[in-house]
Amino acid sequence: MSDTSLTYAYAVARDRTPALVAEAGALTGVAGAPVHLLRSDRTTAPVAVVSPVPAEDFHEEALRRHLEDLGWLEVLARAHHGVIEALTACATLLPLRLATVYLDEDRVRAMLDHNQELFLDALARLDGHVELGVKLYIEAAPDTSAATTAPPEPALSPGRAYLRRRRSEQDARDDAHRAAEQAAERIAAVARSHAVQWARHRVQEGELATGPGQNVTNDAYLVPIAHAHAFREEVLRATDGFNGLRVEVTGPWAPYSFATLPEPGASTP
Amino acid sequence: MGPLLLRHPSRARREHTVITPDRTPVARAGTTPPQRQVALVDLLDRLLSGGVVVTGDLVLTVADIDLVRISLRALITSISDRNPAPWAEARPAGRTGPP
Repeated sequence: MSDTSLTYAYAVARDRTPALVAEAGALTGVAGAPVHLLRSDRTTAPVAVVSPVPAEDFHEEALRRHLEDLGWLEVLARAHHGVIEALTACATLLPLRLATVYLDEDRVRAMLDHNQELFLDALARLDGHVELGVKLYIEAAPDTSAATTAPPEPALSPGRAYLRRRRSEQDARDDAHRAAEQAAERIAAVARSHAVQWARHRVQEGELATGPGQNVTNDAYLVPIAHAHAFREEVLRATDGFNGLRVEVTGPWAPYSFATLPEPGASTP
Repeated sequence: MGPLLLRHPSRARREHTVITPDRTPVARAGTTPPQRQVALVDLLDRLLSGGVVVTGDLVLTVADIDLVRISLRALITSISDRNPAPWAEARPAGRTGPP
């Protein structure tokens, strides 16, 4: 059994406020270890939210292996999210990528010093905002019941009956996609009045996408907290009047999808 | 989380709207009301492609891993009834992150 530990970093915050210290001190994080705030010697530098993790599970090779295991990944993801979610209530956080692991706390301090300006700029940009997810679904399978239950006209050869059925399925799909485009345009209009940034995620499919229907957009918006309620209410009305469409709003999330730093060497806008 | 938790609008039958005891290993001091557990797929959308990737003396981050190799990624993105993807070795790593 290894007694060495590595340092898992969750997020960066501007400073060590009493509320943040207290909240962090009440948390256990990944691998059940206590969470704390880490600051470098520079008092102007931001702070990192960290906890120790066992080297035997988080060194490179072990981590690669573990991440192949959906159950392990889920526990990790929920623990990571749990820490960030709890602290979001008392500070603006800049989340770090899942499984950001350092050899020791000194390396985290060096990272904080090195990226001080970038972190503070990003935190200022995110301050007072939340991330909201918006997913649009085509809910009904294309309505082919008429085509499949009605007996084929005797005059139609099997080949032509098949083609006719395919055509009607295609028409239903086209209608649904046209409706989805219009709903997406309504959502875009809502976003123009309430959101400040937009990020597109992959359309959800596969075993984890448990909802009914076909997911056609999966987006995230960065919204000022004061606009979050209106954004949600207006987005939820985007599918009004359309049959077979459904919109879901998730969040508020910590601004995961907008936690980015300028590319090294890129000119800042 | 409490002050920011807004109403979740989706249908009650949806898995992620079911109120379950918090299964995360995060324990908070005092009493915490049961939280709505977010859907794993929504969480992984964010955690596998979002969050700042810092350079430096890291051991590893998910960003370093070729996610095509992760069975989980395939589960999220490609395997469905419509698309029973084999464990395609040559599929490009089309990572769709924030713009």
